[in-house]
Amino acid sequence: MPDLMPALPEMFLLTMACIILLADLFISDKNRVFTYLLSLATLGVTAALTVAMHTPEPVYTFDGSFVSDTMGDVLKVFVYLVTAVAFIYSRDYLLARNIFKGEYFVLGLFAVLGMMVLISAHSMLTIYLGLELLSLSLYAMVAFQRDSSKATEAAMKYFVLGALASGMLLYGMSLIYGITGTLDIGGVHTAIIGLEDSKQMVLGLGLVLVIVGMAFKLGAVPFHMWMPDVYHGAPTAVTLFISTAPKIAAFAMIMRLLVEGLGDLHAQWRDILIIMAVLSMLVGNVIAIAQTNIKRMLAYSTISHVGFLLLGILAGTQAGYSASMFYVIVYALMGMGGFGVIILLSRSGFEADKLDDFKGLNDRSPWFAFIMMILMFSMAGVPPALGFYAKLAVLQAVIGAGLAWLAVVAVIFSIIGAFYYLRIIKLMYFDKAEDTNPIETSTDMKVVLSANGLGILFLGLAPGSLLALCTAAIG
Amino acid sequence: MLADLPLLSLVIWTPILGGVLVLFASKEEQAGMAKIIALAAAVITFLLTIPLYTSFDLATHQMQFVENTPWISAFNINYHLGVDGISMPLILLTAFTSILVVIAGWDNIKHKTAQYMAAFLIMDGLMIGVFAALDSILFYVFWEAMLIPMFLIIGIWGGERRVYATIKFFLYTFLGSVFMLVALIYMYTQSGTFGILDFHGIKLGMTEQILIFLAFLLAFAVKVPMWPVHTWLPDAHVEAPTGGSVILAAIMLKMGTYGFVRFSMPITPDAAQNLDWLMITLSLIAIVYIAFVALVQKDMKKLIAYSSISHMGFVTLGFFVVYMIAENTGSVQGAAMGIEGALVQMISHGFISGAMFLCIGVMYDRMHSRLISDYGGVANTMPVFAGFMVFFAMANAGLPGTSGFVGEFLVILSAFKANFWIAFLAATTLIFGAAYTLWMVKRVIFGEVANEKVAALKDLNNREFFILGTLAVAVLILGLWPAPLLDVMHATVDHLVQQITTSKLPNL
Repeated sequence: MPDLMPALPEMFLLTMACIILLADLFISDKNRVFTYLLSLATLGVTAALTVAMHTPEPVYTFDGSFVSDTMGDVLKVFVYLVTAVAFIYSRDYLLARNIFKGEYFVLGLFAVLGMMVLISAHSMLTIYLGLELLSLSLYAMVAFQRDSSKATEAAMKYFVLGALASGMLLYGMSLIYGITGTLDIGGVHTAIIGLEDSKQMVLGLGLVLVIVGMAFKLGAVPFHMWMPDVYHGAPTAVTLFISTAPKIAAFAMIMRLLVEGLGDLHAQWRDILIIMAVLSMLVGNVIAIAQTNIKRMLAYSTISHVGFLLLGILAGTQAGYSASMFYVIVYALMGMGGFGVIILLSRSGFEADKLDDFKGLNDRSPWFAFIMMILMFSMAGVPPALGFYAKLAVLQAVIGAGLAWLAVVAVIFSIIGAFYYLRIIKLMYFDKAEDTNPIETSTDMKVVLSANGLGILFLGLAPGSLLALCTAAIG
Repeated sequence: MLADLPLLSLVIWTPILGGVLVLFASKEEQAGMAKIIALAAAVITFLLTIPLYTSFDLATHQMQFVENTPWISAFNINYHLGVDGISMPLILLTAFTSILVVIAGWDNIKHKTAQYMAAFLIMDGLMIGVFAALDSILFYVFWEAMLIPMFLIIGIWGGERRVYATIKFFLYTFLGSVFMLVALIYMYTQSGTFGILDFHGIKLGMTEQILIFLAFLLAFAVKVPMWPVHTWLPDAHVEAPTGGSVILAAIMLKMGTYGFVRFSMPITPDAAQNLDWLMITLSLIAIVYIAFVALVQKDMKKLIAYSSISHMGFVTLGFFVVYMIAENTGSVQGAAMGIEGALVQMISHGFISGAMFLCIGVMYDRMHSRLISDYGGVANTMPVFAGFMVFFAMANAGLPGTSGFVGEFLVILSAFKANFWIAFLAATTLIFGAAYTLWMVKRVIFGEVANEKVAALKDLNNREFFILGTLAVAVLILGLWPAPLLDVMHATVDHLVQQITTSKLPNL
């Protein structure tokens, strides 16, 4: 009988998701808010359990295929946080479109479960299990607004490309399994040390396929094609969710598989990651300039952030990994706020997803224009917003690893990137409003969105604790 | 008692918090209250800077009023503040100019008054932070954060092409500074600290020094601005509201030159010595060529913008002739004069360019035109104003007795010790500077009344008289009796000269 305690948060969440699924059957549309509150409460308790069960030393269970460690726990807590905020931001949006259904929250919770499994996975099988649970929930969420043809199309694309990526990943894993004879991450790590030359080629092929699969999930160029379409087509509430929390989980997947399992092949995967990182920053930043739809623009912005994220990982040092972890968390917090503002401006029959919909926001609502401004400067990496420190940490890791030229390339792309973030600010502050409808939303969304934006600012004034947390989590 | 207070923190955070407070009065009918809060915050800030001067220890080159607490311990980044004889006068200048800017915007900012005042106050604090920071990341944070309010000021309250100008301004400056960031991080990987004073001590090889110097050069040259990366400045100046132009010319440009003496020269002295020909050439191009460009301008603001670039050329020239003087005379004593002249020029140009932009602002508020051709004979209808304008124009041209003379004279004098032709070219500015400034004054102020609009002009009101009068006094005092300013600088400059002429190459 394996020790079940390290997986207690996962089991609790699974139980609650099933209970909510059943309970929702007996709740009328009028009282649907119970489902919403119960889901939030579930996330809260799961977070409490994760913190309570935390041990400084990693604990392995289920024959070493599941691990509970500091990095995992920190990432999980941020996944809960981001998901809870996504739920809060979604409520008005879903209500206005008449899709405020229990399934949304149940699917969201199952996606969270998938992410938790992925984060804690310590065997290739568990990784795949978590990834599929996450992906399948997300496909369904994208198609959730079933009478929207755009959403259906987006879900279809996402599903087909996602399945392809999963196939690649699985194929890569099977090759690695064939060479090393084990699925366990720790086992793979020991098995590839001193591997004879004849097996190196197959291992290399497995490595490439695994990276392709991961790049798909993360959205790194050249495997980024699905992102703009899916971000654009999915209901904004879902876009908000898929653009934030799953990236945190994907980071964990890279850490487990690439760094922990295949760390000895760093010299090989480093070059692949350099190419992907540079291309991601190039494509993300340059193509974002040409977008007129803000959801697409943020999709390309995400691609460029993924490029930065990869920089830290490819540095191959403790500092680099913790910088990337910091980056992904900061990115999730920023992305959450960015899509949150889009949701804030939208209403029934109006998505507010055109850049022009942001015109004159300072006249309509100085406060939320200010919040959006902080978010945009943060994404551009302008201090004192938090995004700057994320870039600082990553650049420091890259230069520390002797890749100063790569840091120069990265900063050049971030100058290009600054332009399209500035354009949003220009629209909000310098242009006259076209849309003069009052901005109406519930108080809880206002409060959380304000906290989200101010958090980016105040954490920027004192980023020390979050950075220290990430350093401790990796060390 | 005063020394126990964290003065520098107070000076940085008072205007920033004041700015936030002003935002709470953001309804249009509360504009009056917003202005009063803003003025109070600016005045308190200035009053707080006075002890920096009165309790300043003239005998030491060490940093004074130091505050040092850990900020981001994971990267060994500290909240480290302190001033020496170079930065302290600049902080006073910043706080002083901010008051004038608040007063200058009193009546002519008609919409979003609270946001306008808040932006200037926040910028006030951030700019003081730039001069006070002794940790390079803290410096970088202030340096970059300052762009945000300026971006908004030009973009919201600017002229017709404000969007183009402000985005150009932002991207240009951002372009420069990110390379500086890479250089700073590189030095962190070498030394394990981000402290500016620690950077002064680390040994660096020649190639490293040259690359770091160039990265810094990009950041600072854009800010100064030096030819050929100066093109954002005329655009930004023309489109910015008067207050924005004043801050840009009086303070922001000084940050570039401040960067040279705080970072480039002490951190990479060998590279600076190696590349001094480049810096001197660029400075001379700015002084001579840009003066010609200024001569043909039709727009008064543009003319003064080019004049600023030309005058800032003097500052960079004063810094970088040091190496030639040291080589020629074998002593570093003469070199100190060039640097002191450059530093005086920085302060003096802060007053004069600010005053010139305010003068143009006074006319613009009445006529809504900046074109020289729309004016003529202003002296007939605005005699008091004309007096001020002529005075500041003289100062801009470097008339003895005004502050503009002191700095230029010291720089030219020390340039003679380096090379006759450098001094000769630099000295031509006394002619060209007089030409473009006085020619503009002639066309705008003197002659027959040009049109009905000019005939209907009203002279200065009390508010405007106060602003220009204060600046005129400052320009005169500094011109007739620069000793108090020079005394503050002596110890620091002597130390700086020592520092920048000592090789930092690792011993082989």
